Amino acid sequence: MFEFKLPDLGEGIHEGEVLKWYVKVGEDIKEDEPLMDVETDKAAVTIPSPRGGRVSKLNGDVGEVVHVGDVVAVISEGGEAVAPSDTTPKQEKKDEPVVTAPAMQQQPASTGGNGKTTSVPPPEYGGRPVPAAPATRRLAREMGVDLRLVSPSGPGGRVTPDDVRVFASGDQQTTASGAEGVTSQETESKEVAETVNFEAGSSNIPFLELEPLPDFSLEGPVETEAVRSIRRKIAKKMVTSMVLVPHVAHMDDADVTNIEKFRKEAKQSRAGMKGEKLTLLPFVMKAVIAAMREFPSFNASLDPFKQEIIYKKYYNLGFAADTPRGLVVPVVKGADKKNILTISDEIRDLAISAREGTLDVAAMREGTFTITNVGPLGGKNLIPTINYPEVAILGMGRVEERPVVRNGEIVIRSILPLSMAFDHRIADGADAARFVTMVIHLLSDPKNLLLEA
Amino acid sequence: MVMGEFKMEADVVVIGAGPGGYVAAIRAADLGKSVIIVEERQKLGGVCLIEGCIPSKTLIHAVELKDDIIHAEEIGLSFKEVGVDLDKLRKWTIKVVDGLTSGIDTLLTKRGVEIVHGHAHFNSNKLLAVEGVGEIEFKNAIIATGSSLNKLPEGYVDSVWSSSDALKLPFVPENLLVVGGGYIGLEMGLVYSGLGSKVTMVEFMPHLLMGADQDMVRVVVKHAKKKFENIMTDSKVTEVVEKKGGGYKVTIEHNNESKTLEFDQVLVAIGRRPNTFGIGLENTNIKVNDRGFIVVDEEGRTSEPNIFAIGDVTPGPMLAHKASREGKVAAEVIGGEKAAFDNRTIPAVVFTDPELAWTGLTEQEAEKEGIPYKLGKFPLTALGRAKSIGKTDGFVKILAEPDTNLVLGMGIVGPSASELIAEGTLAIEMGATLEDLIVSIHPHPTISESIMEAAEMAAGVPVHTLPPRKNK
Repeated sequence: MFEFKLPDLGEGIHEGEVLKWYVKVGEDIKEDEPLMDVETDKAAVTIPSPRGGRVSKLNGDVGEVVHVGDVVAVISEGGEAVAPSDTTPKQEKKDEPVVTAPAMQQQPASTGGNGKTTSVPPPEYGGRPVPAAPATRRLAREMGVDLRLVSPSGPGGRVTPDDVRVFASGDQQTTASGAEGVTSQETESKEVAETVNFEAGSSNIPFLELEPLPDFSLEGPVETEAVRSIRRKIAKKMVTSMVLVPHVAHMDDADVTNIEKFRKEAKQSRAGMKGEKLTLLPFVMKAVIAAMREFPSFNASLDPFKQEIIYKKYYNLGFAADTPRGLVVPVVKGADKKNILTISDEIRDLAISAREGTLDVAAMREGTFTITNVGPLGGKNLIPTINYPEVAILGMGRVEERPVVRNGEIVIRSILPLSMAFDHRIADGADAARFVTMVIHLLSDPKNLLLEA
Repeated sequence: MVMGEFKMEADVVVIGAGPGGYVAAIRAADLGKSVIIVEERQKLGGVCLIEGCIPSKTLIHAVELKDDIIHAEEIGLSFKEVGVDLDKLRKWTIKVVDGLTSGIDTLLTKRGVEIVHGHAHFNSNKLLAVEGVGEIEFKNAIIATGSSLNKLPEGYVDSVWSSSDALKLPFVPENLLVVGGGYIGLEMGLVYSGLGSKVTMVEFMPHLLMGADQDMVRVVVKHAKKKFENIMTDSKVTEVVEKKGGGYKVTIEHNNESKTLEFDQVLVAIGRRPNTFGIGLENTNIKVNDRGFIVVDEEGRTSEPNIFAIGDVTPGPMLAHKASREGKVAAEVIGGEKAAFDNRTIPAVVFTDPELAWTGLTEQEAEKEGIPYKLGKFPLTALGRAKSIGKTDGFVKILAEPDTNLVLGMGIVGPSASELIAEGTLAIEMGATLEDLIVSIHPHPTISESIMEAAEMAAGVPVHTLPPRKNK
């Protein structure tokens, strides 16, 4: 009996959702054959079986969350060795080539015993270490990466240092056991479909009907990609938020001429010091926190099951970060207790880790309010989607110099368009107007911020 | 001085200054630790340096040189008779050893490693007592006490030589019996035959060098047979009696028949055992396996978390290069680095004539464990460089994984095998494929080309041999 505990899935990840089992109880599995797919906040990982034998127990249904260290499978050893009559034809076939063949006559096998084409044929015998240079092995050790889980890109299934880094960053989706190295797109989309129990047809919501998509490839060439990892996470969150939360967006403009002048001066004087990359975002965070103190319903969550509103007495501000893998929201925790320079540095560090994919999962949790600053990329304004179960999200448009009327005269001012989407179950339009007005007031002059934030 | 009178403290104490211990001490010191190294002998360097690898290879070089000179007649060089000045040879060997020993001393002291001489034993997992010196309180310890010669079996008299005795060159016996056909026995037998002894070898097992592939051993045995009087396998020495006035009567059993032969000296080379007794392991929680080796994990850590063990006291081949690597790993782990002995292979080298070396998977292992492989075997007779130096006996063979062409093992028998095997070890550690060996340019004309050629044969694309016929 071998109890297989869910291995370390990479830095900071302690749990994952079961996406798929490759075997059923009572079936045989070989060492290094895929056992299960687990979805973490960072990536979907295929976990190979560390032993061969008969599967006598599997813990965790598809969709359930399993934790690192949990016994996920129990494998009786020697299952296939002692019960040859029970082995499936597939396995018998695969066992054939293990006989030592005379030298010089062997042909390189292009297909595995079961006819499935694989990029890297798994070794036919167990326990041989993953091919990787000593320096790569050292790197993997330092990054806490199990080489057996890494998809190799080198010849002969050799794992390169880049493979290890990509795996550690959570980019890599499948694993090394090779069998799933190149799954066809068809199978992958099928897998996902199975995972979400997708069933075409009518839903419980009147008029909402999910029809199967037409075959677009009939119209022209297409490429498909499985919805996995961060993309999947985003999709889930957005659908939940949009379906569950009645969104209202409140829009206004903030005159940030004074605060921008102040910021630019401060930034210039801080080269090489704390806050040297000072942006507008930490100022907006400070203004938002002050407004949240005044209007606690914007730092709350509504529990639909208990039917109660939870008011939070802590202020963790998330900010949307665009990364090569998709949107992530790092959180500045306890932002109310930090000064603007500290927040500025923290935002910079979090953004870098997010871009490099080294962000700890913990750094993306426990946000109470989110700010999305799409302005620098372009666009006048936007209607953001609430980062459920938070209550509101503030969108920052692009700061532009605009002609505005002040005291009967047209003057040029720096204008920041603001747009806050909020949960109408918790707050009303009037509350939002007051909230945003206060934010605008605080952003209109650094002195206001000094007094209230 | 009374024990316990003097108390020292160190981050790391290393017990034994052999090729494992002194390397560990150096690395630990370089990682900022305060280090004390304890050595029982007066000289540093351990068995390897003082009575093993270094003196034996020095002597082997001398007799090979002599052999080369004698055979140089064939290629048109002539010499007057080649003589051996035993006294000078002995002094030369000592000079080599002493030079290296004082080198280690310099390396250690310049790094601030304190060297303490005396026998050490643990009083606890924090205290080490050194006889005649005092106690050392340590945070971490590295046990590198090495191994000793196995005790003589029953029936022997104490005056027979061990390999250590033989390396001191007491005299050159006219008739020498070497008991044990492992690498030490073979190397020592060849040294004494080169110095003029008539050598008889007795081995209990059916073959010499049981760990190596027999196709490689055969080449060595072919040469050894020309130099030795007799090689007796499947044979056992049952009694050794010292004759009055010098010499020995030795009874040897073979196929249930006993015969008694006379020799001037008997050399016994029948293995070594780990030095895990008498060092106070019983005062710690360190676990020792049934064969007396200290159980360690990948980091070299014993069951006592702050104590590490490296080299001959741990399971695996008793080789200096294994000990050195393990020493570095243990020191790095103590220094907070993420090191581990995750080496894929430990190369083995036998300094016979021709030399024998292998690394990674051997054919006999592959067959025993049912591991599929493809083989390329390139004979040195087809190699220009081997021909030009008149040493064409031998070959290079490479084992590769059939599907991926990953290099799994390499065996070399021939001139410079001991040097060439490093490429095989690197290939295996790097996860190299046959193509990597084929595509890398090997300098011409050298013996190293045979590695490229063997890789080509394994991949089925040989240049200097004919490809296998496609019949069947």
